[in-house]
Amino acid sequence: MTSDSNARTDDTFIELENVTLAYGRGERQVVALGETNLRVDQGDFVALVGPSGCGKSTILKLVTGLITATSGYVYVAGREVGAEPVRVGMAFQNPTMLPWLTVRDNVMMPLKIVPPFRQEYQSKKKTEFRDRADALLKEVGLAGFGDKHPWQLSGGMLQRASLCRALIHEPQLLMLDEPFGALDQFTREELWAVMQELWLKLKPTVLLVTHDLKEAGYLANRICVMRSRPGQIIDDAAVPFARPRTIDMSYTPEFVSMTQRLRELIVSARPVRETV
Amino acid sequence: MDQQLRRRVWSVLLIIGFFVMWEAFCWVFHISDIVLPKPSQIVVTLVQRFPALWPHAVQTLYTTLVGFAFGIVAGVLLGVMIGSSRLAYDVAYPLLIGFASIPKVAVVPIFVLWFGSGAVPAILTAMIMSLFPIVVNVATGLATTEPELEDVMKALRATKLDILWNVGLPRTMPYFFASLKVAVTLAFVGTVISETVASNRGIGNVMMIASSNFDVPLVFAGLIILAIMGVALYAVFSLIEARITGWAHRKDEFAMG
Repeated sequence: MTSDSNARTDDTFIELENVTLAYGRGERQVVALGETNLRVDQGDFVALVGPSGCGKSTILKLVTGLITATSGYVYVAGREVGAEPVRVGMAFQNPTMLPWLTVRDNVMMPLKIVPPFRQEYQSKKKTEFRDRADALLKEVGLAGFGDKHPWQLSGGMLQRASLCRALIHEPQLLMLDEPFGALDQFTREELWAVMQELWLKLKPTVLLVTHDLKEAGYLANRICVMRSRPGQIIDDAAVPFARPRTIDMSYTPEFVSMTQRLRELIVSARPVRETV
Repeated sequence: MDQQLRRRVWSVLLIIGFFVMWEAFCWVFHISDIVLPKPSQIVVTLVQRFPALWPHAVQTLYTTLVGFAFGIVAGVLLGVMIGSSRLAYDVAYPLLIGFASIPKVAVVPIFVLWFGSGAVPAILTAMIMSLFPIVVNVATGLATTEPELEDVMKALRATKLDILWNVGLPRTMPYFFASLKVAVTLAFVGTVISETVASNRGIGNVMMIASSNFDVPLVFAGLIILAIMGVALYAVFSLIEARITGWAHRKDEFAMG
């Protein structure tokens, strides 16, 4: 570890304690994540970068409770994951919109599921909640697309809608699993700006998985570099640039040298062909 | 739209052409009414005997719809149970296929043995005929739901019921309605089979009696009634399907629009 940001404080929101995750049993066991410790403060924005197959997405799934750790503990808001009354928003690489619903209804889905909104869903879905969805859609540049169906929108538009769905219930915890990965460069950069703006406004705790070092540098407060087999965090550094950040900033020598350092770390962390 | 209209016109022409050829065939080869009555003859019989045929047609339709309704309820329940988990799906599927491949005609005598002749075995036959396509389709629809769609809900801490209600069932609707179109015609077959074997009412029974009296035009009149009712029910369920699961047929929609 190159920084002491992993020290426990009162602000600690996510905590992974000696967490390992293995698939399969016996000799065919694959360790996706080995002995990992990670602390993330409330309202922080942490990016996880690393070669493919290093367990970045595994950490997200563990923190969301989609999978359970083989050993070790995952705490969110001071309680073991699953038991905590924390609102979680998640956006995936695929927009995963439900094709039978309109874009607005898709965006409103978390309000239908997550308490305390779900109790009020029937009474507010045509007034307050609807307005909230439309306001959010407008913010990501999708004003007027609420009544369209997902298949009438382009990939970039769907990804914007997917961000709205991850944010509409004002989650305390936001999980972004390569949400901009499948987009073209310009759409991506535009969405970074949208994402930064939303984060500055709502201040959720964010975990972002990405392959894009520029993206990590632009968005995150902290960047954790992982290596694979077994997945492990090998570097954890703060991003010193002031907010709001701009694309121009990513061409400054400081920024470039930071991404270069990260790149070297990842290249050296790539799995070496070993004798099996 | 123009192309669709043309297709419709050709469909109608084909149907008319079929009956014209039939009529001509009977004229040219001097085929006896007892072997194959002419369509014109069948229409005459249909009109003349209509007052007597009508109650039987209503009976057959009623039996079919009641059996079909039971089939839907039982089919959806079984389908949801089997499709709700991968394990249940894998375990139950062989048994399901086993039951589905039994010729349903063979079951009618058993129903008659248990419930006597009349409407009950006919309703039951209609039900089991329509049951299997519904079970198989609902279970398949649920079991093949994309895990990513479920992950979205799981990340929100949705309950199993939430996921079933908001993802599983809507996603299964196209499968369900596709099965209804098939199932409703099968329910008809079930009813008529049972009526021919063990009933004193219904179109199946009328056809049975007519054929033993060599009243072949009446047999064919019964067939025509069955065909019309079958097509009508198929059309009704196609319409409902198109309205409810339009999202799954968007390519067609684009082609039409």
